[in-house]
Amino acid sequence: MSFRKLSLGLAAATMLAGTAVPAFAQDSIYVPLFTYRTGAFAGSGTYIADGMHDYLEMLNQRDGGIGGVKLVLEECETGYDTKKGVECYESVKGKNPVLVNPWSTGITLPLIPRASVDKIPILSMAYGLSASARGDIFPWVFNPPSTYWDGLSMIIRYIGEKEGGLEKLKGKKIGFIHLDAAFGKEPIPLLQELAKDIGFEVALYPVAAQDMQNQSSQWLSARRDRPDYMIMWGWGSMNGAAVKEAVRSGYPMDKFYSVWWPSEDDARAGGAGAKGFKMLNWHAVGTNFPALQDIQKHVVDKGLSKSPKDKVGDLLYNRGVYNSLLIAEAIATAQKITGKKAVTGEDVRRGLENIKLDPARLKELGLEGFTEQLVLSCSDHNGHRPAFMQEWDGAKWVKISDPIEPMTDRVKAQLDAAAKDYAEKNAGWPKRTEPCDKAS
Amino acid sequence: MDILYKVFIEPFVFMGEAPDLLIQTLWEGLVSGVLYALIALGFVLIFKASGVFNFAQGIMVVFAALILVGLYEKGVPAFLALILAALAMLVLAVVVERVVLRPLVNQPDIILFMATFGLTYLLIGFGELIFGGNPREMITEALLLPQGTTEIDALGGSIRIQHLDVAAAVIASLMIGLLAVFFSKTRIGRALRAVADSHKAALSVGISLNQIWVIVWFAAGLVALVAGIMWGARSGVSFSLQIIALKALPVLILGGFTSIPGAIIGGLIIGVGEKLGEFYWGPLVGGGIETWLAYVIALLFLLYRPQGLFGEKIIERI
Repeated sequence: MSFRKLSLGLAAATMLAGTAVPAFAQDSIYVPLFTYRTGAFAGSGTYIADGMHDYLEMLNQRDGGIGGVKLVLEECETGYDTKKGVECYESVKGKNPVLVNPWSTGITLPLIPRASVDKIPILSMAYGLSASARGDIFPWVFNPPSTYWDGLSMIIRYIGEKEGGLEKLKGKKIGFIHLDAAFGKEPIPLLQELAKDIGFEVALYPVAAQDMQNQSSQWLSARRDRPDYMIMWGWGSMNGAAVKEAVRSGYPMDKFYSVWWPSEDDARAGGAGAKGFKMLNWHAVGTNFPALQDIQKHVVDKGLSKSPKDKVGDLLYNRGVYNSLLIAEAIATAQKITGKKAVTGEDVRRGLENIKLDPARLKELGLEGFTEQLVLSCSDHNGHRPAFMQEWDGAKWVKISDPIEPMTDRVKAQLDAAAKDYAEKNAGWPKRTEPCDKAS
Repeated sequence: MDILYKVFIEPFVFMGEAPDLLIQTLWEGLVSGVLYALIALGFVLIFKASGVFNFAQGIMVVFAALILVGLYEKGVPAFLALILAALAMLVLAVVVERVVLRPLVNQPDIILFMATFGLTYLLIGFGELIFGGNPREMITEALLLPQGTTEIDALGGSIRIQHLDVAAAVIASLMIGLLAVFFSKTRIGRALRAVADSHKAALSVGISLNQIWVIVWFAAGLVALVAGIMWGARSGVSFSLQIIALKALPVLILGGFTSIPGAIIGGLIIGVGEKLGEFYWGPLVGGGIETWLAYVIALLFLLYRPQGLFGEKIIERI
């Protein structure tokens, strides 16, 4: 092949490639969904991906999209791998996404500095950088409804109440078993601060990603240290393996708590011995809501879902639904504020800052009682909402507490310091120039 | 001085103070070690026969376990599913020999090694396509594997022995024993050793290289199936299990790539060593040393025996 022909071929291929990935047109809204249905973390990622997709697809099928504009949904498989996640971001950013959901703290962190440059808001729902709750410093990042630090403070508060008051935790030992990655380490500074303030001891049990299914050492160490309580920050197959090992090592399951990520399968892995295992949650499980029933009718029954029918309404499926509820509400709010139908990333950033999911709105959306109300603002990109404790009864999760408020006073001080620290360490971190809407 | 005390004295004092925990740690290490040895054995078998480091051994463990569980979920009785999973590993061995190994005969070892990389990713993709990425529970009960725990009050404390771990240790030991006998006492075993020494010499005395490769890959597939059942029963069947196979690397460095006894002894040393290290010395550096400690142990051995504990000493005359 001559050089000329080769050049022409390359030029033609480039033109074709250019036309193959157009920025999405004005009559649609492009919503990329970063998912992981493969790899070591697929056990968590698949259900979430299904829930996210199905809620938005339901809006397409039932309502023709949002405000009459069709949503163009596109999944990008990250495998929970930071490098692949950033590649996903690079591949979608030219298509005018209205936001991105990294679905990994590791992926979220490198995207944070890019968000303001590319004008693409990041929705890291209850994960990511806790300090990004500060809207004045991170105008393009949103992590509602609670940060990991809120979550940790809720668990400590709950345990404290069980003991008869936070002060009763003095002298106790709290074990913290966590994935040895950005996500798992995120709440450690607050845990150590609380340990210092309240007077309890902390024992850390890091689990490397390659040892997620080989945790006998960590649980042997827990047997040596005899922690009064164990708190888990796990993900993917780490959760199920931890529940199994806890049962195997004879750890009292009613003293074993987790942040909001284990699924029914994870608890089930421990067999009958897993009864009493507890975790935080902030939304309902099951399909007893009109919106969930619409998902079954318009998506699942029509064969448009990848989810097995019996998994619709499961804990992590509904977590995905909640994530898409936020996406949809941000888009709808952006349409309302701007008066535009086909909104952009900049509009949706404003939409996120003006989210007001109160009981009336939840009822209107067919999700009455599904979750607590959530109001975001220009300065608060998180909401710091309470969560409740639920317990595994051997077959299902059972809600066992009223909403537990986070220790806002303690969390806020830490959060402010961390946000300031982040801005200082990242030289040239831009000052917020985006105006606040009156409502927020 | 304080650090010296913490490194050289305190752990041993603690061992004396809580002998029950020492026994428990040793037991956990032995069980892990036997299972590491089982995975390492799969590598050794293939390396001996073809000089190829089979990077796909880890995914073969997952693949075999997923076939077993997948068939059972489809309504196939457990033991029939077990036989069918073994047959699937035979089919895989035949396909690998025909499609991967045969066309690459006489190519440098690195090419064959890279081919096993390709095979790994092919099996991951194929497995996820068929079975999806969700973790599954091993069919422990249906396979009549024992469950439950015996708690023995002894040595001023208690030692918890999982019945499943006992079964894993026994089955893995039996498997290793059978394979050792098969490859050292039978005609096929002798042929394997001949192939391992020299492909050309083996061919010249009428040994079919292709047949030996199929047998060896099938044996490695069976080992993967047993390893998949045992690891799966301990911690679930998911694609992250393949990462555990990387634990076989320090075992192989330690035991030598060509020695079955090396794989066994190496597995036990690594299993016990990493558990003792993590339990008694891990807290000094915040824990989590198990991942790399196995390599440190292996490298320390290599300082004294570069060919591994039982590896063949290669002397090349110039």
